[in-house]
Amino acid sequence: MDLVDFPSMSRGDLRDMRIAIDTAFRDFTRAYGDTLESIFHPIQVLLVFIEDLLIDAPWIVVLAGLAGLVWALGRSWKIVAGTVIALLLIGYFGMWEDTMRTIAMVAVCTLIAVVIGIPVGILMARSDRANGVITPILDMMQTMPSFVYLIPVVMIFGLGKVPGVIAVVIYAVPPIIRLTNLGIRQVPADVLEAAEAFGSSAGQKLREVQLPLALPTIMAGVNQTIMMSLAMVVVASMIGVRGLGQPVLQAINNQYFTLGVMNGLAIVAIAIIFDRSTQAYGKRLQRHLEAQHG
Amino acid sequence: MAEATHDIEIRDLYKIFGPNGAAHVADVKAGMSKEDLKARHDHVLGLDDINLTIPAGRIQVVMGLSGSGKSTLIRHINRLIEPTAGKVIFEGRDIVQMGPAELRDFRREKTAMVFQKFALFPHRTVLENTTYGLNIRGIPDGEAEERARRWIARVGLEGFEGSYPNQLSGGMQQRVGLARALTNDAGILLMDEAFSALDPLIRTDMQSVLLDLQQELQKTIVFITHDLDEALRLGDRIAILRDGRIIQEGTGEQIVLRPADDYISSFVRDVKRGHVITARTVMRRVEPVETPVTLPATALLEEAARAMTDADASRANIAAQDGAHLGVVTLSKCVAEMIAPDDGDEADAKAQVA
Ligand SMILES: Nc1ncnc2c1ncn2[C@@H]1O[C@H](COP(=O)(O)OP(=O)(O)OP(=O)(O)O)[C@@H](O)[C@H]1O
Ligand SMILES: [Mg+2]
Repeated sequence: MDLVDFPSMSRGDLRDMRIAIDTAFRDFTRAYGDTLESIFHPIQVLLVFIEDLLIDAPWIVVLAGLAGLVWALGRSWKIVAGTVIALLLIGYFGMWEDTMRTIAMVAVCTLIAVVIGIPVGILMARSDRANGVITPILDMMQTMPSFVYLIPVVMIFGLGKVPGVIAVVIYAVPPIIRLTNLGIRQVPADVLEAAEAFGSSAGQKLREVQLPLALPTIMAGVNQTIMMSLAMVVVASMIGVRGLGQPVLQAINNQYFTLGVMNGLAIVAIAIIFDRSTQAYGKRLQRHLEAQHG
Repeated sequence: MAEATHDIEIRDLYKIFGPNGAAHVADVKAGMSKEDLKARHDHVLGLDDINLTIPAGRIQVVMGLSGSGKSTLIRHINRLIEPTAGKVIFEGRDIVQMGPAELRDFRREKTAMVFQKFALFPHRTVLENTTYGLNIRGIPDGEAEERARRWIARVGLEGFEGSYPNQLSGGMQQRVGLARALTNDAGILLMDEAFSALDPLIRTDMQSVLLDLQQELQKTIVFITHDLDEALRLGDRIAILRDGRIIQEGTGEQIVLRPADDYISSFVRDVKRGHVITARTVMRRVEPVETPVTLPATALLEEAARAMTDADASRANIAAQDGAHLGVVTLSKCVAEMIAPDDGDEADAKAQVA
């Protein structure tokens, strides 16, 4: 017996199988692609709306608005000053419009990830069975090379903003789900018991005790989700998402070193802004934990 | 609503911790000990054949060494722990059989609990912790706050309403737990070592708060403590647990005068008898005598002795609440009872030194 070569399926069988699956999926796409596209259309509307808002408004207003938002989150003048300087430089080097597109994209993706992620995380925290089913799916979403799930997304939606958003959300939603789950499960048992003893319903326990105590952890998840959607911007540009990713892609293809570095740095800059302001917000949520007594 | 009119009746209650507790009830009923159950089946015997009637409007103290099942027992009254077998009857209903909604209403309206480890909500301020029970019952914020502030002041935490629990010392946190339970104004108050983290001064103070409260409101209070003096001061009745069984139940006086076994004797040996035994138990039923001192039937030996010494009298009349004469005590008898516990020399010596 031959123990060196693995006893694999014959080439022909393998090809037939691939063709069968691909054909089935293509048929599915033809049959339902339009329906799916119309379901996801609101995402496009929202994204275009935010993009237009950021691009068409006078830059000074947008700058002030973003600085105000950063202040509201972090309450730190240092972060606000860093934000203003970074955005001024970005504008000066001609990357304003692309940056605004990327910010709009990340904002929409994060919003969708939160809307999906928090309820799923709650579900996992409440049911060990759901936890058992969803955890491996999340593992798969996080380790599967992102290019692989770009394929079906593109087959269904073609190139454009919506498939970009879907691809980014698939990539970026796991941390918020995981950390919502973790945050709720970490609520001390004795505190939950106290809530129980006072006659809280399940919903009251969730609203009054579990979610507030999990919130700092959930915010850490939101932070990671934002970082991951920014990282995905370059990949998403391959399927037609406009923004800072496109010039980077162009720079790779044509070996434009400076163009690549400038846009790369712009991505880094907004990543730092997002990161610092959401982290500062998370810290503020934990004020009550600043221990003065053991 | 606040005043309790129904006893809590605990009947044939068993709790066996472990994945398959119910399977071992029969063994335990047949007399298997806590050690054997642990060694042979790896289950922990929490409660063993508990029968206890907790009288309405009274303070029932539960005592026992660490691990004897006190917290387990008190948690069965609001069913934070499901029993393995048995009943807990209140107002004609078995708490063990209640459905989820019924149990929730029972907990909201009839009970409040103070926890051994405080179990405060870390994300809520002192005031918000205290209003929790009222909030979830949908009582308007204004009213809830007003009631909460009253109790916060009563436990001596005025000025800390806006603090978070971990900005407070252990004793202060325990008082927040107390205020949180009292604000709920429920008929049943479950207190699991509610005063254990307090310094002696505040502890005495909180005992007084509880006794005052009890005089006003007559709640049914289950109070767990390790401290015999506290048990005797607060408890209308005292139950003593050992390895999940009740080994003696009665008034403080009964337990001090007639400890059921050596375990309990060792508990009560150091007690200040003058603070526990009433003059009435040592009086003689004779006609009234000529003396300036007349004592109520509830007077303790120490109070009686002090009253007689102050008045320079050697005898006192004892009268019932309505003024009817009951009997006579002598100063020497009072003092003799205070310093002479049942078990001889050692304690005698102690009393003399003190
Ligand atoms: N969830 C549990 N699982 C297994 N065993 C438990 C559990 N809870 C309590 N026990 C056991 O039940 C027994 C009684 O515990 P309990 O907490 O009621 O003691 P306690 O009298 O309140 O002690 P302490 O004075 O230290 O508070 C102990 O042997 C303990 O190990
Ligand atoms: Mg205990």
